Amino acid sequence: MKSLRRFFLRLASFTTRRAQDERLREEIEQHIALQTAENIRAGLSPVEARRQALLKFGGVEAIKQDYRARRGLPFVENVVQDVRFALRLLRKSPGFTAIAVATLALGIGANAVVFAAMNALILRPLNVPQAQSLYGLQRESDHFPAQSYPDYIDLRDSNRSFDGLAAYNIGMAGLDTGENTFPAWLYEVSGNYFDVLGIQPYLGRFFHGADEHGPNSAPYIVLTYAYWHNRFQDDRTVVGRTVQLNKHPFTIIGVAPPEFHGTLLFLYPDSFVPMVNQEQIDGASFLNARGNRWVFMTLGHLKQGVTPAQAVADLNSIGSYLEKTYPGDDAQMTFVLARPGLYGDYLGRPAQAFLTALMMLAGLILLAACANLASLFAARAVDRSREVALRLALGSSRLRILRQLFTETILISLIGGALGLWGSVLLLQWLRAWQPFPQFPINLPVSPDANVYAVALLLALASGFLFGAVPVRQMLHTHPYSVIKSGSTGKIGRRITVRDILIALQITICAVLVTSSLVAVRGLARSLHDNVGFVPQNSLLVQTDLHIAGYRSEDVPRMQKRMIEAMQSIPGVTSVGFSSQPPLSNGRPSDSIVFTDSATDLHPANAATDAMLFSVSPEYFHADGTALLAGRDFTWQDDENAPLVAVINQEFARRVFGSATSALGRYYKMPDGTRRRVVGVVEEGKYTSLTETPMTAMFLPVLQSPSTQTALVLRSNALNSTEGTQQLAAAVRSKLRGLDAGLSALIQTRSEAMDFVLFPSRVATMSLGLLGVMGAMLSITGIFGMAAYSVSRRKRELGIRIALGAQRKEVLQAALGRAFKLLAFGSATGLLLGILASRVLASIVYQATPRDPLVLAGVVLAMAFLGLLATWIPAQRALSIDPLILMREE
Amino acid sequence: MANKQKTEVLQGTLALMVLKTLDVLGALHGYGIARRIEQISGDLLSVNQGTLYPVLLKLEQEGAIESEWGASENNRRARFYRLTKEGRKQLQAETQDWEQTAAIIGRFFEAKAEDLS
Repeated sequence: MKSLRRFFLRLASFTTRRAQDERLREEIEQHIALQTAENIRAGLSPVEARRQALLKFGGVEAIKQDYRARRGLPFVENVVQDVRFALRLLRKSPGFTAIAVATLALGIGANAVVFAAMNALILRPLNVPQAQSLYGLQRESDHFPAQSYPDYIDLRDSNRSFDGLAAYNIGMAGLDTGENTFPAWLYEVSGNYFDVLGIQPYLGRFFHGADEHGPNSAPYIVLTYAYWHNRFQDDRTVVGRTVQLNKHPFTIIGVAPPEFHGTLLFLYPDSFVPMVNQEQIDGASFLNARGNRWVFMTLGHLKQGVTPAQAVADLNSIGSYLEKTYPGDDAQMTFVLARPGLYGDYLGRPAQAFLTALMMLAGLILLAACANLASLFAARAVDRSREVALRLALGSSRLRILRQLFTETILISLIGGALGLWGSVLLLQWLRAWQPFPQFPINLPVSPDANVYAVALLLALASGFLFGAVPVRQMLHTHPYSVIKSGSTGKIGRRITVRDILIALQITICAVLVTSSLVAVRGLARSLHDNVGFVPQNSLLVQTDLHIAGYRSEDVPRMQKRMIEAMQSIPGVTSVGFSSQPPLSNGRPSDSIVFTDSATDLHPANAATDAMLFSVSPEYFHADGTALLAGRDFTWQDDENAPLVAVINQEFARRVFGSATSALGRYYKMPDGTRRRVVGVVEEGKYTSLTETPMTAMFLPVLQSPSTQTALVLRSNALNSTEGTQQLAAAVRSKLRGLDAGLSALIQTRSEAMDFVLFPSRVATMSLGLLGVMGAMLSITGIFGMAAYSVSRRKRELGIRIALGAQRKEVLQAALGRAFKLLAFGSATGLLLGILASRVLASIVYQATPRDPLVLAGVVLAMAFLGLLATWIPAQRALSIDPLILMREE
Repeated sequence: MANKQKTEVLQGTLALMVLKTLDVLGALHGYGIARRIEQISGDLLSVNQGTLYPVLLKLEQEGAIESEWGASENNRRARFYRLTKEGRKQLQAETQDWEQTAAIIGRFFEAKAEDLS
C-alpha cells in the first residue's frame, strides 16, 4: 500500500518537478539563513557564520540529487534526460544523423513493404468465414486448378469430405443498364457458391443450388458492393431491376457485402451470375464438354474432422472412377488441396517463392545497413571517448553511459523506422491503386495492418540494439585516466578486417545493380525504336468485341465494314484496317499448326510449323505499317466464296517454302485439311513479346476466317500531338456511337497498347533501379562510415603529418586511401559481374547488352560520384585538421 | 556499496528521530528539527544537516508527516512539518521495534561466558 502511494506521489511530483525544485531551494536557503543567524549570535563574523553554516549543511548538489532521486521517477527522468541529450547530439551533427536515419529508413521500409505483400498474399487468408478449412482442388499432374463442368458436378455430388463444393469461372460481358453498356468482369458461379462460402447478402438475396434447372435457367445477377456503389450510386431500388448481359436479360437479385471480393485475392469481379447461364455470357455452351477444363476453380470447406489427406483419398477414388468411365475425356484425375486465394499452387507457389526471396533480400539489406551503422557509431564512439572518459572521471556509472548510448541508437532506429514505414505506406498505397493493365480489375490488397506496424517497430528496435551493441565494448574499455592522459589513439589496423570485406561486397553488389539497371534502361529505350514488324508511331488502336455487343453471324462482317467506312470518313485518317488481335498487345494472339501441301497424315507430330494466326481486313498491313515484301494485299473479294488465300510472314516462307519469292502461289494445309494459297509475304515481326525468337505467322482474310474481336488500326498524322490524339479519339468515339450506342471500345495509341508487352521489362528495369538506389545508399553509408572512422582514429597521426609539412594530396591518401582502394576493387568486380548478369537480363529486356560505351561510362561515373559523395565529409575533416588545436587538446 | 548501506541505516535512524522530535515538540521547520536532533544526538547531524531533507520528503510521501508553509521566528517563509495520525502509529510501532531490538542486543552484549554454557 505504502509503496503504491509513494509511486503515485512520485508520478504526480514528476509532473510538478520544477515547483518542487523551487521548494527545496527555498527550504535550504531558509535553513542556512537560520543557521547563519544562530552562528552570528554565537559571536562569529557574518562571513564566517555563513561559511560555517554552509559547511554544516553539507554538499548542496548531492542533497539535491538525493532529493530528486527520492521525489520523482528517476528512471523516467533519466530516460527523458537521455533522449534530450541524444536529440541535442543528433542535431549537432546533422550529416551523420541524416545518413544514419536514411540508411535505416531504407532498410526498414524495404522490409515493411515486402512483409506487407507477404502478409496480404500469403499469411492472411481469404476474407470469408472459417477460411482455415477452405481448400481449392487442383490436379496433381499439372497443379492446375481448372476442371470441366461435368467433372465438377460429379466431384460435388459424389464426395463425402466437403460441406459442399462450389465452383467459379471468370468472364467478361457487356453490361447494359438501359443507358449505356460497359464491359463488366463477372464470376460465373455454381448455384451453391454463396452458401458454401457462408456469405450473407448485403441487400436483396443470393441465388442457391435450388435455382438451377438446366442451361440458362437462372438469369440472376448479384452485384459486388463496390460495383453497386460506383455504377448504381448505392441505389437500393436496383434489386429486382433487369439489366442486359451480352444482350440477354438478367435480374439483379442482390448485392454482396462490402468485404467480399470473390475468392481470388488479386482480381476483384464486378458481379456474380449462375454458371448454368454461361452460354449467354460466353456465346457457346461448355456445360456438357467433359474434356474442356474451363471451370476456373473448385473449392469448399472440409467437413468437421476430415483431414486434407482423407479428402484427397476420397477425391482420387472419384477421379479413378471418372477415368474408367470416360477414358476419352478424363485422365490423370488425382488431386491435391491448396489454398484458393492465389489460384492454388499455380500462382501461390511462385508468389511464395518470389516473396520469400524478396524477404531474404530485404533482410540482407537491413543487416548490411546495421553493419554500416555499427561502423558509423564505432567512429563516433572514438570521437567521443574523451567525453566518456570525462563523465567516468566525474563519477558517472558505466551503465548510465551505456544507457545513454543505447538511447541514442534506439532513437535513430525509431526515427528511421518511422520514416521507412511512412515511405512504405506511400509505396503500398500506390501499389494498391496501381492498375498495370487497365483491362483487368487487378487489385493488390496490400494495405498495411497492425502486423506490418508491429514488425516494423520490432525491426527498428532490434536493429537499434544490434548496431548499438558494437561500440559497447569500446565504451566499456574506456579508461578515463589513460584517455585523458594520452588522447584517443587506438591501434591503426593494417590487416584486412571483416568490415573491409563487407564494404567491398556491398560496393560490388551496388556496382552489379547499377550496371544491370543501366543495361536494362538502355535496352528498354532501344526496344521502343526497333523494327517490330509494324510502326507503332502515329497509330491508334480501337479494340471492340462484337460478340459482347450482341452481334451474331452475318451481322459481324457487315458491322466491321461499316466501322471501317466510318473511320475512313474521319478527317486526317490516312489508312484504316483491322485485325482480330493486334500483335504485341494485351492477350496472346491465337495460333494454329499448319502442314505442307504434300502432307497426308494430319497428325500434330507432322506439322510444318505452329504459326500465329491473325484474321485481318484489307488494307490492315498498310494501316499498321507492315511492309508487304511480295505478292498482294487482301481485298473484300477474298470472301467465303472465293478461293482460300493467306499472307504469310518471311519466317513462315523461309521455314515452309525455302524463301520468300518461292512461296508465292504455293499452297499449305490447315489442320482441318483445307488448302490455302499464299498470295503475299510480309516482313517478319514481333507478335507476343519483344524478346521472342522469330516466329512464323499467317494472316487470313477476315471474310474467310471470321472473328468477332475487332481491333481497328487507324493511321493519322494527327497523332503526333496529345491534343490531336484526344481529338481523334473523341471523333472515333462519336462515330462509333453513331453506329451503335451499345458498343464499348478500348481506345489507345498503338504505343500505349504495347505497355502490356513492355510490362515485364519495365518492371525488371524499375525494380533493378530501385535495388540499385538501395545498393548505392548502402555503399555510401558503408564507405562514409569507414572513411570517417579511419579519419577519427588517425587524427593525431594526420595532424603530425600536416605539422611535418604533408601536402593535401598526401593527407587524403593517408586518410582515405583504403576507402578508395575498396571502392575501385568493388566497382571493377561489380562491373564485371554486371556484364555477365546482363545475359540473364537479355531474356526479359529486349536488346539488353552491356557492350555499350554509354553503359560502361555510366557505371564508372556513377561509382565515382558515389565514392566522392561518401568521402566528401571525411575528406573535409581530414583536411581541416589543425595540428595546433590538436596538440593543445591533448 | 558499503557506503550506501551505511547511509540507509543512518537515514532509517534519522527518520525515527524526526518522528520522535515532531511527536514531542509539535510542528517544526527543517532547521528546527535539525537543531533538536543535534542537541540530543550530538554529532549525528553536526555535519551534513542537508541529509535531513530527503528523509523529510520520504516521510511525507509515506504519509507519516505533512507540511505547510508558515512564518519562522525571523519572519521568513518556512516549511513546517507536523506528525500525522499515521505517523504517530508508525512511531509507536517503530519505537516498540527499537526497544525490543535494543533489549535483545543489550542482553547479548551483557551476556557472559557462563550464561551461554
